[in-house]
Amino acid sequence: MPPPRWGGAPLWYARSMAKTIVQKIWDQHVVSQDEGAPAILAIDLHLIHEVTSPQAFTGLRTRGLKVRRPDKTVATADHSIPTTPRNLPIADEMAATQVKQLETNCNEFGIPLHGWESPNQGIVHVIGPELGLTQPGATIVCGDSHTATHGAFGALAFGIGTSEVEMVLATQCLLQRTPKTYLVRVDGKLQKGVSAKDIILALIARIGVGGGTGHVFEYAGEAIRALSMEERMTICNMSIEGGARAGLVAPDETTFAYLKGRPHAPQGAAWDEAVARWKQLPSDPGATYDKEIVIDANTLEPMVTYGTNPGMGLPISGSVPDPATESDPASARALTRALEYMDLTAGQSILNQPVNTVFIGSCTNGRISDLRIAAAVLKGKHVASGVRVMVVPGSADVKRQAEREGLDTIFRDAGADWREAGCSMCIAMNGDQLAPGEYAISTSNRNFEGRQGKGGRTFLASPLTAAATALSGRITDPRTLA
Amino acid sequence: MAAPKVERFSSALIPLPAENVDTDQIVPARYLKVVVKSGLADALFHDWRFNEDGTKKTPPFVLDDPRYAGRGILVAGDNFGTGSSREHAPWALDAFGIKAVISTSFADIFKNNALKNGILPISVDATVHSQLMDVARSGDAAQVSVDLASAALTTPGGAVVKFAIDPFAQKMLLGGLDELDFVRSKEADIEAHERAHPGTVNTKAPQAAK
Repeated sequence: MPPPRWGGAPLWYARSMAKTIVQKIWDQHVVSQDEGAPAILAIDLHLIHEVTSPQAFTGLRTRGLKVRRPDKTVATADHSIPTTPRNLPIADEMAATQVKQLETNCNEFGIPLHGWESPNQGIVHVIGPELGLTQPGATIVCGDSHTATHGAFGALAFGIGTSEVEMVLATQCLLQRTPKTYLVRVDGKLQKGVSAKDIILALIARIGVGGGTGHVFEYAGEAIRALSMEERMTICNMSIEGGARAGLVAPDETTFAYLKGRPHAPQGAAWDEAVARWKQLPSDPGATYDKEIVIDANTLEPMVTYGTNPGMGLPISGSVPDPATESDPASARALTRALEYMDLTAGQSILNQPVNTVFIGSCTNGRISDLRIAAAVLKGKHVASGVRVMVVPGSADVKRQAEREGLDTIFRDAGADWREAGCSMCIAMNGDQLAPGEYAISTSNRNFEGRQGKGGRTFLASPLTAAATALSGRITDPRTLA
Repeated sequence: MAAPKVERFSSALIPLPAENVDTDQIVPARYLKVVVKSGLADALFHDWRFNEDGTKKTPPFVLDDPRYAGRGILVAGDNFGTGSSREHAPWALDAFGIKAVISTSFADIFKNNALKNGILPISVDATVHSQLMDVARSGDAAQVSVDLASAALTTPGGAVVKFAIDPFAQKMLLGGLDELDFVRSKEADIEAHERAHPGTVNTKAPQAAK
């Protein structure tokens, strides 16, 4: 039977044939599938870093295997490296060994490495898009759960474990079950002072940290279309905090404009062909999803988390919930424990809560537009006395761009610490960390117990809210800034 | 690198009545600076188990509670393993001797990682979960037995409860079969797909001047 045209096809047939972007990408990448087995899915881009790859390379050596497609693999060092000046050696012996091991592995197996002294070094999810390696319609994996960031380009991108890293290195394929799809439609327009970070924190607060388990989010709607690529990356980045391994936005002119001319993007006739192909990716009219949710951007406020998972978030004008009003005993128990850890009181306002540290950076909010927003707030002012403010660019390229624009001077003059690129205090593996009991407002993605240092307490928020808070030393609504 | 093999086992239960137990609790990030898989037993739930000076907390965390010593099945709250993709989480569980985690649901990446290391993420409904949690919290040494071939566990009361498991993972674990060998056996399919879909991503060759 020839494929039907939408106008003439019966509705049931149109429905059965209408595909989501996820189904389209999936179908194009299934290598084969045995009955009862997961699909063997071809991978277009494999990003690796120092922390989740060493054991995978050991596995390859034990088996006597090569890396099948070093031309579809790229490495950088980001998690455990210091963000102090690069002319100093890595003081932490274990981190130094790990970074050295990555270099050895990349040399031995022929993998391009943007190492810790390279001009292209940076957080793996910041450099992929920067270099034009992250492309629409691609399957992208990395041994890191924030790989969903690349979904902003209309790629199917997700985090994998080290056994899977080994499999992709050896075969450029993965064994995968077909994911379910979850439409997140964000209608309306964001109000002034409300940003992409607030959209994703609001979604997670609504559905919980397990709400998207087994699904891929597709973010759509007027408010998503209006976002820049960097803002879309912020949203896709935190899909995993809503339980979804991947989240994506269908590519459009914003996507193509961002990609065009980047070092690894196709060019000339190949670019035109690629764009024509990418334009076929958006979900067909009538495509159906396993789950759907609608969020009204008009009603969103800046969001802040108060607890110990990213689902424990509230509008900045709100108050900390009371375990006594939780109907589910497990939720009440979790909330009690979270408030105890955070040393917050049920019913208290989250506004004006003092902080010791402000962290601006990470794969969620460490790109140039994030730094511009923070700098605009801090320009000509000084951070509150006794508050440590760390600004960590997401990549060496972001750092250079910020310095060309004089943002580093603005940050330094305001009393903030301007550092080298890396994951830094988002994961606190490299010595950038909170002391026990300290509070931070952070533009990163996780507020788990001890995430930013043992005993540290994290409030997640947007760069705008974090910068406003830096000035006062207390959680501040950025809409009140003059 | 032998693939894990699992058939059946039995153990008394360890209670961990917390929801959304995240990977940063299972293995704090500062223990990810290793380049091998072994040696993570003390990293497991480190910050819930140890004081600043390295001594064990008083009262001890469940894993260090003498009443639960030597047990290999953890009963935890909903959405266990939320957070990062670190396979160090199942490596640490394995190093400590945990063979299965029983919960009402698991985070996707953790579940995959656990299965690849022969640790069973066993999802049961809320009623069964609550019964097993009660048994675990009572300290009762009654055994729960798990049989992978029939995908069922037998409760201390003798009830047989089926649990869902990916049939492919089940087959691989029962046979001690290697997933990478399986995919490598499809070499002809992979080559054919590569020829038909060269793609536009090339990490080695920048295509445009910046």
